[in-house]
Amino acid sequence: MKNLKGNNLIKSNAIWIVFIIEVIIFAIASGGTFVTGSNIVNIARQVSYYGIASIGMTFVILIAGIDLSIGSIITLVNVVCAFLMVNAGMNMWVAVFAALIMATLIGVLNGAMVASIGIPALIATFATQTIFEGVAYLISGGRPIAGFDSNFGLFGRWSLGPIPICAIIMILCFAVGSFILNKTYFGRYFYAIGGNEEAAELSGIRVNRVKYLIYALSGLFAGLAGIVLLSRSGSAQSTVGKGLEFDVITCVVLGGVSVNGGVGRMSGVVAGVLIIGSLTNGMILMDVSEYTQMVVKGIVLAIAVGIDCLSKKRQTV
Amino acid sequence: MSEEFVLELEHIRKEYPGVIALKDVTLQLRRGEVLGLIGENGAGKSTLIKCCSGAVVPTSGKIKINGKEFDSMTPQLAAENGIAIIYQEFNNVGELSAAENLFLGRPIRKGMVIDKKAMVEEAAKAFDQLQIKIDPRELVKNLSVGYQQMIEIAKAIQQNAQVLIMDEPSAPLTTNEVENMFKVVELLREKGVSIIYISHRLEEIFRLSDRIEVIRDGEYVDTLITPKATVDELIKLMVGREMTQQFPPRKPCIDKSKVVLELKNVYGNGDEDMSLKIHAGEVLGLGGLVGAGRTELAEVIFGAKAKTSGQILLNGKEINPKSPREAIDLGIALVPEDRKRHGALLTNSIKNNINMPIYERISKASVIDASTEKANAEKYRKEIQIKCPSVNQLVRNLSGGNQQKVILGKWLAAKSQLIIFDEPTRGLDVGAKYEIYKLINDLVESGHSVLMISSEMEELIGMSDRIIVLAEHQMTGELQKEEFNADTIMTLASAIVDNADNAGGKEAS
Repeated sequence: MKNLKGNNLIKSNAIWIVFIIEVIIFAIASGGTFVTGSNIVNIARQVSYYGIASIGMTFVILIAGIDLSIGSIITLVNVVCAFLMVNAGMNMWVAVFAALIMATLIGVLNGAMVASIGIPALIATFATQTIFEGVAYLISGGRPIAGFDSNFGLFGRWSLGPIPICAIIMILCFAVGSFILNKTYFGRYFYAIGGNEEAAELSGIRVNRVKYLIYALSGLFAGLAGIVLLSRSGSAQSTVGKGLEFDVITCVVLGGVSVNGGVGRMSGVVAGVLIIGSLTNGMILMDVSEYTQMVVKGIVLAIAVGIDCLSKKRQTV
Repeated sequence: MSEEFVLELEHIRKEYPGVIALKDVTLQLRRGEVLGLIGENGAGKSTLIKCCSGAVVPTSGKIKINGKEFDSMTPQLAAENGIAIIYQEFNNVGELSAAENLFLGRPIRKGMVIDKKAMVEEAAKAFDQLQIKIDPRELVKNLSVGYQQMIEIAKAIQQNAQVLIMDEPSAPLTTNEVENMFKVVELLREKGVSIIYISHRLEEIFRLSDRIEVIRDGEYVDTLITPKATVDELIKLMVGREMTQQFPPRKPCIDKSKVVLELKNVYGNGDEDMSLKIHAGEVLGLGGLVGAGRTELAEVIFGAKAKTSGQILLNGKEINPKSPREAIDLGIALVPEDRKRHGALLTNSIKNNINMPIYERISKASVIDASTEKANAEKYRKEIQIKCPSVNQLVRNLSGGNQQKVILGKWLAAKSQLIIFDEPTRGLDVGAKYEIYKLINDLVESGHSVLMISSEMEELIGMSDRIIVLAEHQMTGELQKEEFNADTIMTLASAIVDNADNAGGKEAS
């Protein structure tokens, strides 16, 4: 029995062990560069935006949904926020607020298609992905928009002492996400709906409303990620968010959130984000080509989902 | 020895990490006999048959087929040796014809193409052999559950099954379909097929079996010759204790002056012209055949489905619940028929299940009051005796009876006034049934009202204060306690609605 408990302890923290092993490998392979202070700060900056986006995605995947539109939301937030600040001469805070509202509304639109109309999430968010990528191009004309207020560097460039502000934003977001999941009734509803939608409805949960909320949150967190990214790059590009949903989904699934819904913890997602972040960084340090990186990340996603599905299979026997 | 027994399981043991599913079970199946296999839920019946099919590999023990010894089974090996299992869920493909399903995975071919004509002919022959009337060309989705089961059986026989294991075959069937299934089982026995028949319904076991094996808590208990066995004896062997009576006594508690729920000419969800009253402290039984419209009525009252016309009154006030949420807030609860699909949230903890309908009530600014949450769960765990090491345990890991208690606990936590039970004891063993009956008694004695849908005649008669019978989505009769009679209820349940004059609307309050 004691042995069993030890086993479970290892199992539930396996993801952190993977992370530690990864760090050790990269530390040795890079001859120490990987674990220098400046590189760690670098990683923190790199992971912050998809860390933020992964929180909304965690909620979505917990109810066995998917949100493919977040890459486009990030692009559109970049373009729209930049457009409002540069072309429309809007105050930075108003522009950020407006962009976040827009991101949330796109999430609501996803929610409407999934919950009220009943379009499968994969298709509904695939459609909005295409739509808003197109909208971003239409607004920017495909040209980068730059020349922001220097204060806009707050979200992605500034630091508080040695700690980048964007990392602090990410940590705060994770804290909020964890709070929603563990301390509010919404979290209980997410797990219930992911476990069994019909039974959840019959237990008095208004499933459709919760779905609206979840997709709206996914939009909002993606929007916030977009702001951080825009601040860091200092210029809005119409391709900036392309494919980001892939990294974010990989982080979430790697973090142990089951694609079948109902299972997963925020702490696991944190580990997933750190693993993907340091993997990307480590590969860049070691001069691995972008295409090889794609191959590696694809394999990581397949393995993560594979482990999830295998453990599900074992349970049913 | 090996001549006599077609299948022998010797000292089968199956351990899972932390749990022993089977301690030591031995089973011997004679050629051409029907062996009834009974035991409480969790006794290990399912695990045992999965050992036969190769779905589960035993930790230790031997399996002998026709005297040939196997250490373990694989699904393929089981099929090759003539072992077939009819599960509660069928493996039919709805969009294919009966004949195509019969030859699923091994179609008759003419060269490269599938020979449909030959398949239809062969299927007709196979169905004829079992004396079942199915048009081989009919799509399976258009066939009733009973016929779908027949196709499964025909498929097994077509593949030369010598041993047929049937897991609760009567559970999804209507009364008529059960009769047909019995005939097929008897026919197969005559043809020399050996059958292991698993059922909770003892009368079926008595009707069909030659011998009865009882297992309890993963252990072999005894095997009885059916004609010499009695119900009391079997129940005693199954539960390991004496059951004095099947239905616990109830104190008189009906308050005729208080009508809790009243339906006035309600139409909707397929049902027509439903009028009834339920009083405080009363158990109103809803009888009828499967498909008579009872579950549909429950869904309308619970707000899960819309009513098209008529009035629903709760405590004299008209209500119009548009969702389960609204119904729950009005004090109406539903314990659904399909516990695992609709009732319990299996992947959530007992604590979460019990608090699920009231999270918004016990939260401030959406933050849950964790101590109230915990106290609620502990309260109902104690009050209705949910057997579990901790309220943090997942409901998936509970037995059927305890899952049912968790669902009930959730409605008690929600302070429901009217509780609708749809087949409250389906799939439960004798001991768990008795506990559920006691809980229903406690409910009405404490002033709740109960609407109980039941297809088990004994349960309907034993538990109801009054019975309303439905047939073909209409009310065909209402019986007072002194009028209860199985034959009358059966007649009303199969009544052709046109002839059931002046029935239904009669209220006797």
